Amino acid sequence: MYDIIIIGAGVNGACIARNLSKYQLNVLVIEKNGDVGDGTSCANSAIIHAGYDPHPGTLKAELNVLGNQMYDELCKDLDVEFERNGALTIATNEEEMQGLYHLLENAKANNVKVELIDKEKLFELEPHVTKKAIGALYAPTSGIINPFELCVALMENAMDNGVQLNLNEKVIEVISENNTYLVKTDCGEYKCKMVINCAGLFGDEIQNFVCDEKVEILPRKGEYYLLDHFVDGFVKHTLFSVPSSKGKGVLVSPTTSGDYLVGPSSDFIEDKEDISTNKDVLDNVLKEAYRLVDNVPMQHLIREFAGIRAYHKSNDFIINEPTAGFINVIGMQSPGLSSAPAVALKVENMIMKNLELKIRDNYIKTRRPLYRLKNKSIEERDKLIKENPLLGRIICRCEQISEGEIVDAIHRNCGARTIKGVKKRVRPGYGKCQGGYCQTLVLKILARELNKDMKDINFKNKGSYILCEESKGEKNVKL
Amino acid sequence: MLNYDLVIIGGGSAGIASAIGAYDNGLRSILVLEKEAYLGGILNQCIHNGFGLHLFNEELSGPEYAERFANELIKRNIEYRLETMVLKINKDLTMVCSSVNGCEIIKAKAIICATGCTERTRGAIATQGDRPSGVMTAGLAQRYLNIEGYLVGKKVFILGSGDIGLIMARRMTLEGAKVLGVAELMPYSNGLSRNIVQCLQDFNIPLYLSHTVKRIIGKNRLEKIVICEVDNKNNFVLNTEKEFEVDTLLLSVGLIPNNPLLANLGVKMHPRTKGPIVDDNYETSVPGIFACGNGLHVHDLVDFVTNEGIYVGKKVSEYIKNGKLASEKYVTIEAGNGISYVLPSKFAIDKGVAEIKFRVTKPHQKSHINVIYNGEILKSIKKQYLLPAEMEDIKFDISKLDCGNIVLEVIDD
Amino acid sequence: MTKLICIVCPKGCHLEIDESFNVTGNFCKRGEVYAKNEVTNPTRTVTSTVKLNSKILKMLPVRTDKPIAKSKMFDVMEELKKVEVNAPVNSGDIIISNILGTNINIIATRTIKE
Repeated sequence: MYDIIIIGAGVNGACIARNLSKYQLNVLVIEKNGDVGDGTSCANSAIIHAGYDPHPGTLKAELNVLGNQMYDELCKDLDVEFERNGALTIATNEEEMQGLYHLLENAKANNVKVELIDKEKLFELEPHVTKKAIGALYAPTSGIINPFELCVALMENAMDNGVQLNLNEKVIEVISENNTYLVKTDCGEYKCKMVINCAGLFGDEIQNFVCDEKVEILPRKGEYYLLDHFVDGFVKHTLFSVPSSKGKGVLVSPTTSGDYLVGPSSDFIEDKEDISTNKDVLDNVLKEAYRLVDNVPMQHLIREFAGIRAYHKSNDFIINEPTAGFINVIGMQSPGLSSAPAVALKVENMIMKNLELKIRDNYIKTRRPLYRLKNKSIEERDKLIKENPLLGRIICRCEQISEGEIVDAIHRNCGARTIKGVKKRVRPGYGKCQGGYCQTLVLKILARELNKDMKDINFKNKGSYILCEESKGEKNVKL
Repeated sequence: MLNYDLVIIGGGSAGIASAIGAYDNGLRSILVLEKEAYLGGILNQCIHNGFGLHLFNEELSGPEYAERFANELIKRNIEYRLETMVLKINKDLTMVCSSVNGCEIIKAKAIICATGCTERTRGAIATQGDRPSGVMTAGLAQRYLNIEGYLVGKKVFILGSGDIGLIMARRMTLEGAKVLGVAELMPYSNGLSRNIVQCLQDFNIPLYLSHTVKRIIGKNRLEKIVICEVDNKNNFVLNTEKEFEVDTLLLSVGLIPNNPLLANLGVKMHPRTKGPIVDDNYETSVPGIFACGNGLHVHDLVDFVTNEGIYVGKKVSEYIKNGKLASEKYVTIEAGNGISYVLPSKFAIDKGVAEIKFRVTKPHQKSHINVIYNGEILKSIKKQYLLPAEMEDIKFDISKLDCGNIVLEVIDD
Repeated sequence: MTKLICIVCPKGCHLEIDESFNVTGNFCKRGEVYAKNEVTNPTRTVTSTVKLNSKILKMLPVRTDKPIAKSKMFDVMEELKKVEVNAPVNSGDIIISNILGTNINIIATRTIKE
């Protein structure tokens, strides 16, 4: 019998798991994908919003503002890339200026530090902004984060403290019985005292197993361009359009890896797993981006991608306990990432009402830092290579990632099992060649370290094989 | 800190040739740095024949060609290091290198960058649709097949008629896969004619000209692609979609010189070749740093890479001996009508004869290449066929010219 | 009249050959020979790999030492499936001699020391 089963290992599931790992609890996380943070959490704007946008009084406002404040400590403890680069919401006409005044009011109500700045100050802060700009709202506490690292680090730390993670396992039914729950999956069934529903886009299905009042989560897709880092550089701040009813609109932002994001679109779709990209949609994204900057360096385009946000008709987060011992964390669209630490805290408090929480004796709140050789001096690097020669062999030439870093990413708790898993943790394949050079090498390292045949290494989920068969398979005569 | 006269980054065909060129011109303090565990670079996975026709009048395979030159390097006792990656070049010609033995600084009097090229990816051409596995560059599939011994799929479609794609169409067919077709965006093929014949026609693989992949479909592994005809503005033509059920889509949509080291150093880059801008000695905008091979501009034949490497090696050895190479008076060379790019971008008048490499933007039958100096035709040569896939060269006398501007153009007869 | 693209060299001359084997469009003598062969007995060099037991590499690249009848390409591939080579091997070593009774050998195209 588990104390708690968390369904879904996105940023919320992982964050809650980590919070619970400090207690003497038996916690299981069940994830249908082949890795943590592979759904909404891996395809978003990677922004830790300041919190001036959500309507005052909503859960979004409360948890965004608190969550934002919690990120410095969290990222320090878990060694996650995070930078408060500041956000600029750009107005190019009088109507948009009115929008900024409205945001300023929101910010005051939400107790978020912002500043209205004029054209001059704006260009001083951010020379890449469009010449059409007439003013901006500056939010210095807005930040950028590495969302892949975040999910992995949260779960790794949770597992360091005893949480169990089952990947590639889909929940097919949840049954409430005598104050406990039976969670059935396509691999087995588990009993627990409490269920936390962090199933993202499929959160409605999970809640509807146990509650009479049905909810519906609608998939809303956002498509993005990703541009490679380059010497001359581009924007330093996150640039937003003035928000409309459709959401925050298109943004242009640096990422923690020095790349640049342009997007997202925002369209309701039918299929919750449709992460396809579309020319007309992306053409429009680019058009919108030109409201923020006069030049988008599209010659550095390396990738298009799409993420799907879980929308609930209330347009707010749903964090409740519709039936005793079953907690919903659903409808976690933007600012879901920004709010995650605060959400976890809220859920922790809700659990306290059900279970007695006692602190674990040997709880470690930090994660062993990554090597991050790229940031090291020549001397430090040399010393590390002398200790572990694999740190000297460069596998990914675009991002200069060593074999030692990849091996480390595989052997940690919540380690990489797939090509995408390695890419998310230490970046090989994220650069200009998109794995064209290093994928073979990464695949061989995965096979060797996991003691698997090369054929059995997948790109991401089950079925996403890379190699089909050996070219000279059978019946060989030795010469 | 280690010191060498010349450090060559890259032990592929260009790097090896430049080392040989420098050695044979008298230079002895040479170090070649190679990231792989063997010399020869990409040639090791190019197991097909056709290499060396120009230099040896033989049809060698890639590994055979590589081995011939690697042996020449070893014969000369030229020093090389394997599994060594240069992380950074500084303007003072020091380099930070990483290998299993450590991280160290090496200083040179001159550096030749021979870092080869990378394949353009799906992201760079913005193909719409899902993101399943089974969509990869042709060169990656080539490495899996020829080096690792694995087929990446059984039902294959190829986007782009670049040579690697064509070569892989044949390779995978021979190994038992079914190649359903090749789509080429342009109304003409981008591969060498011999590859169209030997790799497609021999196996009845259809080539769809003026077509591209409109949509990629598949949840985990590729399931289906939709190709579509395009007009001369690259817009999809209505109702010309064709579906193919395939597990693999190989991309052969172009190669780009791989120069992060030079870009990070702030070396001036050529907007068309995507390699560094070089003068007639193949020196980049940073003094003492030279470039050659596919890292400079993408060649269609390794024989030409070798020749270029040897030339650059020779020039660099002169540079080291004399401390400089620069001349007083130059003519600048520009691409005019119908010319995609010219290389180098300037030529010293005291060299007497300019030797210019160039590519055309589209195929021509029966045309002339004109060399125009300050508005007047200096030289004109007749061309039966001109193809963008095939690099051309032209020589002309510049000894009687003054500083000025030369434009190359192609005019149909 | 048959139209061909010459594959003897990368130039890719556009050849025409008539019923009495008169060739036009060729820039060199080899084009004429190619055109005649191509309509009477087309041949190709087959390049592939065979399994290799070595510390360094799993596959040994090989090729026919002379062009082989185009119709025999897939038969050659079947033969290559049957062999496995142990290192060391030198580039040029004969891996299969007189393959399919053609007087053509399969040779290694890479030296593998161990």
